[in-house]
Amino acid sequence: MALWKPDPTFYPSPRMAMEAPQEKFGYVGTLNVGNGKPDAMCTIDLDPASPTYGQVLHTLSLPHTGDELHHFGWNACSSALCPAAPHPHLERRYLIIPTLRSSRIYVVDTKPDPHHPRLVKTIEPEEVLKRSGYSRPHTVHCGPDAIYISAMGSANHGGKGPGGIFLLDHHTFDILGQWEIDRGPQVLAYDFWWHINHDVAVTSEWGTPDLFEDGVRLEDIVNRRFGHHLHFWDLRRRRHVQAVDLGSENQMVLELRPAHNPMKTYGFAGVVVNVTDLSSSIWVWHRDNGAWQATKVITIPAQPADASQLPDALKPLGAVPPLVTDIDLSLDDKFLYVSCWGTGEFRQYDVSDPFNPKLTGTVQLGGVTRKGAHPKGGVLSGGPQMVEISRDGKRVYVTNSLYSTWDDQFYPGLKGWLVKINADPNGGMTADPDFYMEFGDARPHQVRLEGGDASTDSFCYP
Amino acid sequence: MPQQILSAIPDSLGPWLLLLGFGIYHGINPGMGWLFALALGLQQQSGRAVLAALPPIALGHAISLVMTAVLLGIVGAFLPLDTLRLLTAGILLVFGIYKLLTYYRHPRWVGMQVSGRDLIGWSFLMSTAHGAGLILAPVLIGISEASELTSHGSHSEHIASLALNTSGISSAWGLAIGFHTIVMLLTMTAIAWIVYRKVGLSILRSSWINFDLIWAGALLFVGGIALWSAL
Repeated sequence: MALWKPDPTFYPSPRMAMEAPQEKFGYVGTLNVGNGKPDAMCTIDLDPASPTYGQVLHTLSLPHTGDELHHFGWNACSSALCPAAPHPHLERRYLIIPTLRSSRIYVVDTKPDPHHPRLVKTIEPEEVLKRSGYSRPHTVHCGPDAIYISAMGSANHGGKGPGGIFLLDHHTFDILGQWEIDRGPQVLAYDFWWHINHDVAVTSEWGTPDLFEDGVRLEDIVNRRFGHHLHFWDLRRRRHVQAVDLGSENQMVLELRPAHNPMKTYGFAGVVVNVTDLSSSIWVWHRDNGAWQATKVITIPAQPADASQLPDALKPLGAVPPLVTDIDLSLDDKFLYVSCWGTGEFRQYDVSDPFNPKLTGTVQLGGVTRKGAHPKGGVLSGGPQMVEISRDGKRVYVTNSLYSTWDDQFYPGLKGWLVKINADPNGGMTADPDFYMEFGDARPHQVRLEGGDASTDSFCYP
Repeated sequence: MPQQILSAIPDSLGPWLLLLGFGIYHGINPGMGWLFALALGLQQQSGRAVLAALPPIALGHAISLVMTAVLLGIVGAFLPLDTLRLLTAGILLVFGIYKLLTYYRHPRWVGMQVSGRDLIGWSFLMSTAHGAGLILAPVLIGISEASELTSHGSHSEHIASLALNTSGISSAWGLAIGFHTIVMLLTMTAIAWIVYRKVGLSILRSSWINFDLIWAGALLFVGGIALWSAL
């Protein structure tokens, strides 16, 4: 455990992290649905010079079934260098893996052999609920002082809220308890991140577990029961500061991507669907004279389609909504990648000027009606979903599973895949014709890259 | 009185060298202050902000040391000096073992938006939690012995208790803490400025050795020496 020098994967600034060596492997969580098999953490070979490039090196099957792996994260990252509570001699070593359906937390050790990680700790659902006050843990972020985990539901009210954030000790991985001291009007939860140098946390809203666990119901969207707010918090004092309403027609505010540059106080949020026209949108939050605001900067329209081409869930709509379910921002804050899981479009925007994004690239990967083909993998099922960008911004990894019950509604019979996109530093991108990983019935979700990626680390130095 | 104390320095250089050494050590350790000042300066893009953050950090450190000294003085007034030295050595050893096992633990307080008062409090907390004052306790006892010897002439017997000459001891300790803190402040200032203007942040990756582990070793080392000299 004791390191003499800081973990070499910790970087003071995003600019320095971009010069990190290219990742040689990564981890992807895969879920199994209805086939009696447990979910797994797969080690994948990302080294083009390796004979097993683009293959699964190892599959760590977890001990339970029905967990539903979703997001996961590292125990420690570059925020360990932050000056108020520095602990630079921690290792980026353990994967913290919450399970969205069963409310477990697995801790996996990636050393001594990073290709063969081992399960070293399981926090059972009873303990998660009892000690955190929450259920359905979701997003993990390595903070300067603890591991932060968001959760979708309350521990005590079945599938209801409030969801929120709890803390995990980053030495023992014991649950420290609820993070919020004053949650204000916030009930719904989903993603969270922060402007760490400004003591600001941001959270978003999906919905309570009873709204999503058994599949999405159109009437819940039409009746605007999903979340449509951004919440801003005092990160230091753990208090709610301000809620920004994006308008109730904007249902499901999911991924939050604050600027990596710690001097900045803007970021991007994705909205899944607008109930009036089925479009998806990207918003920029920003601070003006001390008050937070959000401005819609990208609108992606729905594509009309014949009902015969549509799965049952979409037949009443007569169109394919783009369904922006994940977005990711490169470490230089220059390119925003947007997954349109419904239409199958994967988009790249130049967001150097966050208020005037320019569409610089599009790759078609599957889609409900378009079913875009991959040069190596052929016709793809599903659509682009989770996005992970390498630290240098040149490679982007995309998987196609969203959430088990929703996968089944929009893409019955979905076959899991992971593709690699080569990104041009000057804008533009293409699917790597030599890289295509198929997972069959297993559904890949989040990818984490060796040494860090663009949605893990936060930096205290510009 | 200050002249008498100063004249005692050449006779007992040891404690002052230790004060100097620990001052430099606290100054170099990024976790004790200069890195915080640097980060605030980088965030505000202002060299002045780097320099402005350092005096409150030094002040918080000094307050922690004064608190330890006051505690030592109070306990010392009621205990024979030999017992006090044994007690100090014992506490240092126990605390050193504790830090050896938990060297990676630090107080968690404040964020990055801090006032001068926050910085004083932060530095006080860091210094106190890491036993910055505790490690100086044997040094302070040594200095009080020296000042006693000076004020009572050149008899060679050890003093029996700290209660004998309160004003002499407190000014000697004040000088000691002031000296240590100024050394720390100067070291912090030099490093923060050099990193801010010349070296850059890459030094954090290359040269941030495990000061916490060294510190645990230092506590044990000083505790061991103190125990050996007390027995």
